Amino acid sequence: MSLFLWGLVIIFVGGLASLINGRRAGLASFFGAAGAVAGSITAVIPAFKVFLHGVTESFRLNWNIPFGSFFVQIDAISAVFLIPIFGLSAIAAVYGAEYLLAYREKKNLGAPWFFYNLLLIGMALVVVARNGLLFLVAWEIMSLSSFFLVTFEYERQTVRQAGLIYLIAMHIGTAFLVVFFILLGHHAGSLDFDKISGVPSSLANVLFMLAIVGFGTKAGFMPLHVWLPYAHPAAPSHVSAVMSGVMIKTGIYGLVRALTILGFPPAWWCWVLILIGAVSGVLGVLFALAQHDLKRLLAYHSVENIGIITIGLGVGLLGINMNSPILAVLGFAGGLFHVINHAVFKGLLFLGAGAVLHSCKTGHIDLLGGIIKRMPWTAFTFLIGSIAICGLPPLNGFVSEFLIYLGVFKNGMGGGLEAVIPALIVIGALALIGGLALACFTKAFGVIFLGHPRSDYAQQAHEVGPGMKFSMVTLAALCLLLGIFSPLVIKSAENVILEITLLTFPDVQAELASASTVLWNFVFVSLILFGIIGVFTVLRKLLLSGRCVRQTVTWDCGYAQPGPKMQYTATSFAQPLTDLFKLFLRTRKDISHPKGVFPVQSAFHTDTSDISEKYMYEPAYKWISLLLSKLRWFQHGRLQIYVLYIALTLGILLIWKMM
Amino acid sequence: MNNAADTIMIFLVLTNLTLLGLSRLGTCIRIVAVQGVVLGLLPLLLNGWSLELHLVFFSAAIISLKGIVFPWLLTRALRDLKTQREVEPLIGYGTSIALGMVILVICMWLGSRLPLPVAAMSTLIVPVAFFTIMSGLFLIISRKKAVTQVLGYLVMENGIYTFGVALVQKQPVLVELGILLDVFVAVFVMGITMFHINREFDHIDTDQLSRLKV
Repeated sequence: MSLFLWGLVIIFVGGLASLINGRRAGLASFFGAAGAVAGSITAVIPAFKVFLHGVTESFRLNWNIPFGSFFVQIDAISAVFLIPIFGLSAIAAVYGAEYLLAYREKKNLGAPWFFYNLLLIGMALVVVARNGLLFLVAWEIMSLSSFFLVTFEYERQTVRQAGLIYLIAMHIGTAFLVVFFILLGHHAGSLDFDKISGVPSSLANVLFMLAIVGFGTKAGFMPLHVWLPYAHPAAPSHVSAVMSGVMIKTGIYGLVRALTILGFPPAWWCWVLILIGAVSGVLGVLFALAQHDLKRLLAYHSVENIGIITIGLGVGLLGINMNSPILAVLGFAGGLFHVINHAVFKGLLFLGAGAVLHSCKTGHIDLLGGIIKRMPWTAFTFLIGSIAICGLPPLNGFVSEFLIYLGVFKNGMGGGLEAVIPALIVIGALALIGGLALACFTKAFGVIFLGHPRSDYAQQAHEVGPGMKFSMVTLAALCLLLGIFSPLVIKSAENVILEITLLTFPDVQAELASASTVLWNFVFVSLILFGIIGVFTVLRKLLLSGRCVRQTVTWDCGYAQPGPKMQYTATSFAQPLTDLFKLFLRTRKDISHPKGVFPVQSAFHTDTSDISEKYMYEPAYKWISLLLSKLRWFQHGRLQIYVLYIALTLGILLIWKMM
Repeated sequence: MNNAADTIMIFLVLTNLTLLGLSRLGTCIRIVAVQGVVLGLLPLLLNGWSLELHLVFFSAAIISLKGIVFPWLLTRALRDLKTQREVEPLIGYGTSIALGMVILVICMWLGSRLPLPVAAMSTLIVPVAFFTIMSGLFLIISRKKAVTQVLGYLVMENGIYTFGVALVQKQPVLVELGILLDVFVAVFVMGITMFHINREFDHIDTDQLSRLKV
């Protein structure tokens, strides 16, 4: 445990040193990144130990705040979240050291590094805090430091707007969490998690809903996700990677922790989770399909993947409720493994998007194209990330989704109607998500990296430097390794599952062992596939050696002068699918058709705004602002009156107390 | 009963009421200065003129700050700013004094009700301390000029100081010095701000500053 705390200290000192040296960009980057990397490596060691051996470590310090205590503990659940938090943050820090240097002329780099390291500390503390007050403090550190990171390029109006939306969304979520902890503390008489037990079911139901809204805002459940498509594109890319890869997972962590505290789950909790997961997953990927901006597209994919994770949790909870070990084990194993996997591949994809943004200065998909020739490393790693996120074997994304499939399928085969219905919903949703994700990333990868450059932006693309390359290659390798060695990872997940469910050790072990046997088969088959591909590649090389290789246009279609503008655009590629789902997407199309024999001007523009934003939040906020504007008279901007307000309040309180 | 202390308390009440009713800025500053000097003597008086070293030092610090440094800073600011030497009240002088009397009555009532950890040295001290704080607040609220607000702030601090002296015989010097430092910095900052506001807008009327927000 002390190693963990020392790690946090190192990270903080690194951030502080970077803040002091803010004017010297090189030093600031060095201190910030070095602190984050060294601290993460130090702090992740105890997390790995706990994960493998299942021995809980804790540390308690009294605190002079009512109901507060500095009570931290690493158990297997915390470890599962700590490992990706430290892993991804360290890798992204290496990337950021190079990425941020592009701003060295314009900006003080001390502040972003300080807040980056603070964000890292906040996330780590959230996951280990075992006291409600400490949890909320850490939660706020995390939200506020990430707010300052999102608004890094504050001179742009869109970034300021994104920051504001993010700040408001986070605090609405926190408001629910405050109520959550107050109710919990009121029941237990203490905010220390270990003293809370035996929550009555009526209170547990209320707490569950509060947790769904509070933690769901952070995680990005479907109607609460509105901040993601704004905040992720606005933040610097390594920060988006960390925010999307691990920060939103603290919402999932909170939910899991709440579930372990709240006791035996009634059936409707499971259904709520599965439905939220299915809706977030399907709608998330659908909206991703309709986006033009690469980082916005990735942000919607975060919603989708949070959906998959939530489906996993829902399935696992249903397993506890129905007393079915296979559902419980495979549901939670799939959901939590997806937490790690998503951190790896979404981190990789955001870093790839950042590399594209870094060298092309735009994230607009329709302006890019053909940059695989100019940025081969980025393109190749992005491709690996895309395959992983689509859930194709043998990469890691496949494994976690497969575990959930396997769980509901096996359970559905054996059971009655109550086992078949969840199987149908979950398998249907996951299949739809997987298929649409594949379409979406075919579009993204194809339009960005293949073909010819569509604009000058794409013309200027150049490969990124060694630091950024290193980060992307590491994450890509992790995608592959986590996929190939997934049976081993799954087998060691028994401590976590035991911590969440109330199953016995042999049950858990048996289920995990049978799942990993199935996975070994997959790994074996995919390795054979890789072997075959390798053989063919070598064969092709051999056959082509010594021959002349020419480049030419693919096929002209009889056009005299085919130009890059005639290529498929992202919108046109996705059009069949977006039209199919236009009920949900409600894409607005502005078309001015070409007229006459020699058409002069014509234009086509599509815009897909978020349905929940447009039909839920905008009307709601309009009403709220209408109501609140009635209170305007209260605020004059006169100093004297404000002091009068304070004096009156204090006076009334004093007199009331004296009465 | 401590006659000297009671005299000082009555003096405080009178000066506070005078401040509420005065129109000349310069005189106001001088009255606050006199108040500071008298308050500086208070700890000595309460201890019956027994000259302990730290008490003397403490009194000297209080007197030099409240009686000399602050008034000097404020007078200088007033001179440099070439502002009109009128207070410019939002609430008229007569009404101010009348309201001051009402506040005094409320404070007397409060003083009789307030449970204290240790018995005060004089029954007047707690109500008067309250009254001084309230008068300071009232000055801040009811006057337009930034200088008057600094004055109100100082009067408020005098009240807090009186309260502290009343309750704790052995002065927690550190605490009091802390507050004093606070006020010192505040006066300093406000002086600078006033100077800048004046340079920018040719007046230090906070009322007109509120037009900036539109």
